[in-house]
Parts: sequence; C-alpha cells; structure tokens
Amino acid sequence: MTDKPTSPTAEGGSPQHGPEGDPGRRKFLARVSVALGAFAGLLVGLPVLGAVLKPMVAREPRVWRNVGAVDDFKVGTTVAVSYENGATKPWAGVTGKTAAYLRRDGASEFTCFTVNCSHLGCPVRWEQSADLFMCPCHGGVYYSNGDVAAGPPPRPLARYPVRVRGGNVEIQTTPLPIDGRVPGPS
Amino acid sequence: MFRRVGNWIEERTGIGELISPVMSHLVPRGSSWMYVFGSATLFAFILQIVTGIALSFVYVPSSTQAYESLKFITENSALDHFLRSVHYFGASAMILMVGLHMLRTFLFASYKYPREASWMSGTVLLFLTLAMGFTGQILRWDQTAIWSVVVGAQQAGYVPLIGPALARFMLAGESLGGQTLSQFFALHVFVFPVLIGALLGPHLWMVIRNGISEPPKRGKPVDPRTYNKEYHELLEKDGVPFWPDAAWRDVAFAVAMIVAIVGLAIVMGPPHLVDAPNPTNLVTTPKPDWYLLWYFGVLALIPHAWTPYIIIGGPGVVFLTLFLMPLFARAGERHPFRRPWALGTVAVVVVTIAAFWSLATWEPWSPRYEAPPLSAEVVGNVSAEAQHGAQLFHDKGCIECHRIGNDGGFRGPDLTNVGNRLDDKELTWRIANGGYNMPSFAKILSAKELNDLVAFLETRKPTLSAESK
Repeated sequence: MTDKPTSPTAEGGSPQHGPEGDPGRRKFLARVSVALGAFAGLLVGLPVLGAVLKPMVAREPRVWRNVGAVDDFKVGTTVAVSYENGATKPWAGVTGKTAAYLRRDGASEFTCFTVNCSHLGCPVRWEQSADLFMCPCHGGVYYSNGDVAAGPPPRPLARYPVRVRGGNVEIQTTPLPIDGRVPGPS
Repeated sequence: MFRRVGNWIEERTGIGELISPVMSHLVPRGSSWMYVFGSATLFAFILQIVTGIALSFVYVPSSTQAYESLKFITENSALDHFLRSVHYFGASAMILMVGLHMLRTFLFASYKYPREASWMSGTVLLFLTLAMGFTGQILRWDQTAIWSVVVGAQQAGYVPLIGPALARFMLAGESLGGQTLSQFFALHVFVFPVLIGALLGPHLWMVIRNGISEPPKRGKPVDPRTYNKEYHELLEKDGVPFWPDAAWRDVAFAVAMIVAIVGLAIVMGPPHLVDAPNPTNLVTTPKPDWYLLWYFGVLALIPHAWTPYIIIGGPGVVFLTLFLMPLFARAGERHPFRRPWALGTVAVVVVTIAAFWSLATWEPWSPRYEAPPLSAEVVGNVSAEAQHGAQLFHDKGCIECHRIGNDGGFRGPDLTNVGNRLDDKELTWRIANGGYNMPSFAKILSAKELNDLVAFLETRKPTLSAESK
C-alpha cells in the first residue's frame, strides 16, 4: 500500500494552545456540557423509566364477578370456575381470565380458593374422589379446606373474597397471589 | 480495480487500520481446541440475532394471536418452521457453549490477574443468556408459557422488599393479561439483547487488550507484579498471529456447531407447542426447557422449609460467588492439577446438576393423575373387602404417589410388598396420620373404607405378587 492513510487529527496541534486555551474557561465548559447532558438525559429518561416500570405499582380495580346461580353448585362439592379480571384489556383474550376453585359449604356459604399452589404458583388439580388438591409441579397436596396436606407448599391455598348476592355467587377480582398471599380486599 | 476501491475506502474510513491489529495480534502458541468455546458462544449469539430478527417478521406478539401465529409458523410454512427450529437449537447451543466456556476459563484459572474483569463481565453475560432463554420460552405463549410466567412471578415474589413489585413487573400488572406477552417480547427482543451487546463490547475488547491466557503450566503461578512483562516476553519469543494460526480452530469449530444446529433443526424440528394459552384450563403440567429443568428438580427436593431462602438466595449466592471470585483468587497457581479444590468444586457441581437433571426429566415427585385402576390380575384373588380396598387405592389417590407392580407414582414408597413390612395396625396408623410427604386420610376415609384399604394392602406379599408377575 503506497498512499498510507494519515489521520487528520495527528497534525492538529496541541489542545493546550487553542484560541480558547484558558484552563478555567475549559473546566467551566466541560462542567456545563456534562450538566446539560444530564439534564436532557433526565428530561427524557425519567418519564421513560416511569412508563416501563409502572406495572410495579399497578393497582387494578376490584370488581365482584358473577360466576353462577347459587343452585348451580351442590353443597359439599368443589368445582373450578372462571371469571374476567378486574382490568382486562380488550386484546387480552382468554389470558384476561382467572380461574378459581369454588366450594359450597352450606345453604349460602361458599369458600373460594386460588388455583395457584402456594409453593410456586402452578395450577393445582382438584381430585374429587380423593378429596384433595394435588399440584403437578412438585407434588404439593392440600386438603379440601385448602390446608397443606403434604409436599413443599409453605402455606394453605389462598382464598378469594366470595359473596352471595341476589341468588348469585360473586367472586371479587384479586391480584394473582404472590408468595401464596392474597392482598386484603379494598 | 478492487485494490483501488479498497484503498479509496481505507483512506477515508481507516477500517483496515482498526481491524488489522486485531487480526495480527500475537497469541501464545498452544492455544488448543479448549479455547474455541468463547467464540462459539459469540457465533451462536449472532445466529440467534439473525434467526430472531427473521422470526420477528412472522411472529405476532399479541396475547390473543401469538399462539396462532406460532402454530402457523410451525405447521404451515416450511421455511419459518426451519427458522423456529434453528432458533431453538441455537439457543440450546449458546447456553451449552457459555457453560463450556465458563468451565474452561475456570479450570485454566484464566480469570486471574489481569483478566478479572473479563470473568466478571462474563458472569453477568451468563445470567443474561439464561434470561434470554427463559423469556424466549415465554414467547411460545402456550399453556406452559403462561404458567411459567406465573411460576416466574411467584419466584420473583420471594425477593425481600421489592419481590411483589418485581412480580408485577413480570406480569405487567397484578395478574396475567393483555400486556404480559408484550412485556416479555420487549425484554427478549430489545432489552436483554442490547444489554448483552453492551457487555459483549468490553468483554471482547479485554481479550485484545490483555490477550488470551496462555495454557497453564504446573508450578508457574500468576504474580500480578511480573505477569504482564512475562506474558509479553512469551509473545515476542514464541507468539503466533491470531489470524489464521489460532482463529482457524474457532472458525472450524463454529462451522461444525452451526452444521450440527441445522442438522438437529431439520431432524428434530422446533419444540412442541402444548395447548393454547388459557389460565382457566387447569389440566396442565408446566415444565421449563432442558437448561432450567435441573433447577426445577432442586425446588422439588430441597427440604420444604428452605424453599423461600433457596429460591432467591440460591441464584443470588451463585451469582455473587462467581462475580466476586477473581477478586479473591487473583494470583497463584493456574494449572487445574495444582488446584484440587477447584477441580473438586467442578466435579461436585457437574454431578449435582446431572443428578437433579435426570430426576427432573422423570419427576418422581409429581402425582401420576392418569394412573388407571389396578387390573384384576394385579389385585389377584382376594376377599371382597380387599377388592373394595383396591378400588379405593385408585379412587382416593393413593396410586398417584405409590406403586403396586408396574402401576402408580413414585412420590411415596413402593407398596408392592408392603404386606411384608407393615402389619394392619401400622398401616392404619400411617394412612390415618400421613407423613412429611403424605396427607392424613383420617377425615377423608370412613372407618370401613380405611379397614378395606388396609385389608387390601395386607394382601400385598411377595408370594402373591410373584404369581401376578
């Protein structure tokens, strides 16, 4: 290679002797540039971070959802029911729904269990004839009242608020029980 | 002509000036096939970027449509089917190569001075790679995927203080919904790849700056005061240019890897899509892909009371130990045979992971929901009470965890010969009281049912089972 490329900055002279060679002024300009850059960064960065992280503080409305007439449920049985979440987006499709286990204890007494194992949240299966909830993931087992019967779950199955209104059973939409707990009704 | 165009470009851009020192820099002689895994990881990453971008042309990241679009990709379009398959095996290869790369670096103690920061950035890259794997599985958006989000959020929920907030971040809200998939799509396609790229820059730059570590020699410890001088003397005396003396192995291995990925992709096809995502369909068995499966087994088998500490403490301690290790072991012997503790640690870790792995593919702790009632042949010629007991053995769920003959689960002891071990009183006591991993059946079974079940189990003796075999 004959015409060896040369760097244009190589002959640019020492920065110490430019027209703006005053060290105090140079320090000032550097600080102002950094401060201006930080200002612009925060101006855009803070709202961007806020938008991305806002699910961390999200609170969805609690709504009572009708899951059927009282007489649809037989006393002493547990069945899976499902209902729409509190703040479903139109594009959520079926993922905007939540399942729960509903047990009729008496004439108008119901208990509603989350389907999520208190160990890691896998969906437990209700085994009617064995009278047990069993989890497929790590072998957690619960009695029909949700108490831990065996396996790794640290807590009983969490419960959702349930009530009877006008002959219908209603379940209150609640956040997914993180660490096996359902936040109290609001 | 080409030369003139080349010179014109070079004079204005200086690209050759930038690259040629990288290509011609001297590396120690004897950098063997053990040194190819890092570049193989890089090539796998590039393959993932290329196939990932191509897949994003056809994949629809929408909660309602993602599954349908993947079904189309998998079933109706041969080229997209191939792409998805390559992307899956590419991910597997990248994780495998990252693992081998780390293993080699650790065994050769290449993390010692002056390459501590290479190892530390590599530790973060390892966890980012696993995060790419997990978020990628979620984009399948089938039953397993949505329940994996729930399981992931639940694990994040164990983090002290910010756990619930982290869980909401993963779910993009308080429960699964329309935004959950978008969250994982953004993380998998933009956030994590950008973070990997940002760290990969310095990770690769340090290879140029500090050079690759020379193969370890017994009795030649690293002394930070003299290392750099000795390393450069070694290079000047006996170094070879990186290209092509060492690089040809990187190329050859990476090509073999890519041929293997493509071959597997053609022969095996992409991972199976299970049922469409539906949080109200409770008949599902979520399970992670192979590279996280062993950890799934760990969570099943650790003492239950430890769970909250292991779930977060485990990965946290592993990360911190790996990340900080070079700061505490920056000097000294590099040869693995002079570092028995390092060799022992590798052996223990490899055997432990392999053991949990093989167990997790078999899942002995999971109930066998589908176990059919015991056949008349297995039950044998027993009293009416015992016949009823055999029926109860199935109906009350005993069979989901206990085995008789070739039927049933593995969680509890095999009961094929239990009549020999326990008498009726002991059986009654055990069934009524339960145990660490067994429910108490006192309230579930009536006195007559318990009696019949025990009567059946008492008939389980080797003479009888020998006949049935």
